[in-house]
Amino acid sequence: MGKAWTFGENMNTDEIIPGRFNITIDPLELAKNVFCEVKPEYAKNVKLGDVIVGGQNFGCGSSREHAPIAIKGSGAKCVIAPSFARIFYRNTINIGLPILECPEAVDGINEGDLVEVDLKTGVILNKTTGRQFLAKPLPEFILKISEAGGIVNFIQHHEIEELMEGSA
Amino acid sequence: MGTLIEEIFSRKLERQVHAGEIVMVDVDTIMSHDNTTPLAIKAFNEIGKPIKDKNKIVIHFDHAYPAPNLLAAEAQRKSLDFINREGLQNFYHQGVCHQVMIEEGFVTPGAVIIGADSHSNTYGALGAFGTGLGSTEIGVAWVTGKCWFKVPSTIRIELNGNAQLGVFAKDVMIFIAGMIGMDGGTYRSIEFGGSYIDQLPMHERIVFSNMSTEIGAKCGLIAADEITLEYLRHETKAAGDFATLRPVNPTYERILEIDVSTIEPHISCHPDVDNAKPIHEVAGLQVDEVFIGTCTNARYEDIEIVANILRGKTVHPSVRVIVTPASNQIYKKAMVNGLIEVLMDAGCTVTGTGCGACIGRHGGVLAPGERALTTMNRNFIGRMGSPNAEIYLASPATAAATALSGKITDPRNLLSEVTHG
Repeated sequence: MGKAWTFGENMNTDEIIPGRFNITIDPLELAKNVFCEVKPEYAKNVKLGDVIVGGQNFGCGSSREHAPIAIKGSGAKCVIAPSFARIFYRNTINIGLPILECPEAVDGINEGDLVEVDLKTGVILNKTTGRQFLAKPLPEFILKISEAGGIVNFIQHHEIEELMEGSA
Repeated sequence: MGTLIEEIFSRKLERQVHAGEIVMVDVDTIMSHDNTTPLAIKAFNEIGKPIKDKNKIVIHFDHAYPAPNLLAAEAQRKSLDFINREGLQNFYHQGVCHQVMIEEGFVTPGAVIIGADSHSNTYGALGAFGTGLGSTEIGVAWVTGKCWFKVPSTIRIELNGNAQLGVFAKDVMIFIAGMIGMDGGTYRSIEFGGSYIDQLPMHERIVFSNMSTEIGAKCGLIAADEITLEYLRHETKAAGDFATLRPVNPTYERILEIDVSTIEPHISCHPDVDNAKPIHEVAGLQVDEVFIGTCTNARYEDIEIVANILRGKTVHPSVRVIVTPASNQIYKKAMVNGLIEVLMDAGCTVTGTGCGACIGRHGGVLAPGERALTTMNRNFIGRMGSPNAEIYLASPATAAATALSGKITDPRNLLSEVTHG
């Protein structure tokens, strides 16, 4: 269970982590400046297991992986949003940061609410209000990457063609 | 059969594919640059398997080249060591990656190109499928030579009519961004066509594909035609018989029809590309910097129009005017034809080639409270330096007119002087 941190629509990669901090690829270093301009208190107060609740088109902008890495490095358990920008979506899966698409949950969670997320079932429970939501399930081949802990781990042990098996 | 993106994937896989299908494709080219290569090397090293095909890998130094500080220098040194160790031949440092990719002949109709840069959509202007990915996936592609894609559905943008004097592809694209919004094309292929596109030269077509990224699109495609083939033969090193794929009985998710003749010069106002306004609504706003550069608008013809407007005149004394040609090939042509001299005589600072001020780390960084008008493709908060600076996006002609007056200025009067004078 963690605290919800809410963000607006079209949160772009420069707002997640401004380009001037992308001089390192260390997750903990990047996490020190994550959301520094839109929510400076986040990096100081975020706790392991907290949940990011974003608006539509979350992660738009650059292809920089520094953005999802910074969020993962901050200790956030996952990002919930109504929709994600396409490169950010792929990047989160590839680096092993869980994301959930669920417009209803975004509408039903306020900043500071206590939220419990079951990544396997997609069930999102707002403990503060008692409301429960169900996120859209991830496609099977994407689950294979997620379950391996990211694309690097998957490719270490598998051929890339195995992603397609059973999903053709 | 199908939309242009379905045709590209169908040719590649030698079977009919449809939007919504997930496909695994052999990619033709895998691009990365000084900013994104280090993370790709990290992923590659962690995977611990060999490179599949070294000829497919292309690496550019353009974002911060030559290195403006020690950290960048160290990162570039590590990438260079990797390039040398692996014996990679396709290494370039002669301008913005996307322009150099085209000049060097990596971009041909029907090619599948992935790049660790969001503006890899640019290649769609030549009928190639170009799309941006994160670095980790680039490192994976070095090992596998492949990438998975969900074949996107298509929004067709049909542009008809003739643009007014002083209205360029940039103005039309900013107008489109304002109309459909910065997530209006998310996950979609955008197909640009119509009588306006059919007669448009390549440097202008590129603006549409390049900025399809700003509306969230997976790719922004223009079917190759005679203009494309002429450009490939004369302006690039590409050789051979080119596939000229076109949509065949396509089914579109949505078709947008726009009469280009009604559009006036447009500006993307601070702080979002879809905060698009006709120029009369923002004209007169004072600026501190004018930046003409980037993968969007720093080609020869862009520099030529700026030089034609500035010829024999002097830029406003309170404005920094920076011109960063997209590539050395462009810079050289502008120099040979006397354009660089015109720009310098007018008071512009002409820099070396590359991404320049667009990435906020060198070549024109903005201080708090400053406002810039640029030919870039995005104006996110903090993009060019201070988060308390403002960025406005416009065509090269509007940038030149603004450079002269020190405030956002409609270029149409100046252009009629240039044309008729």
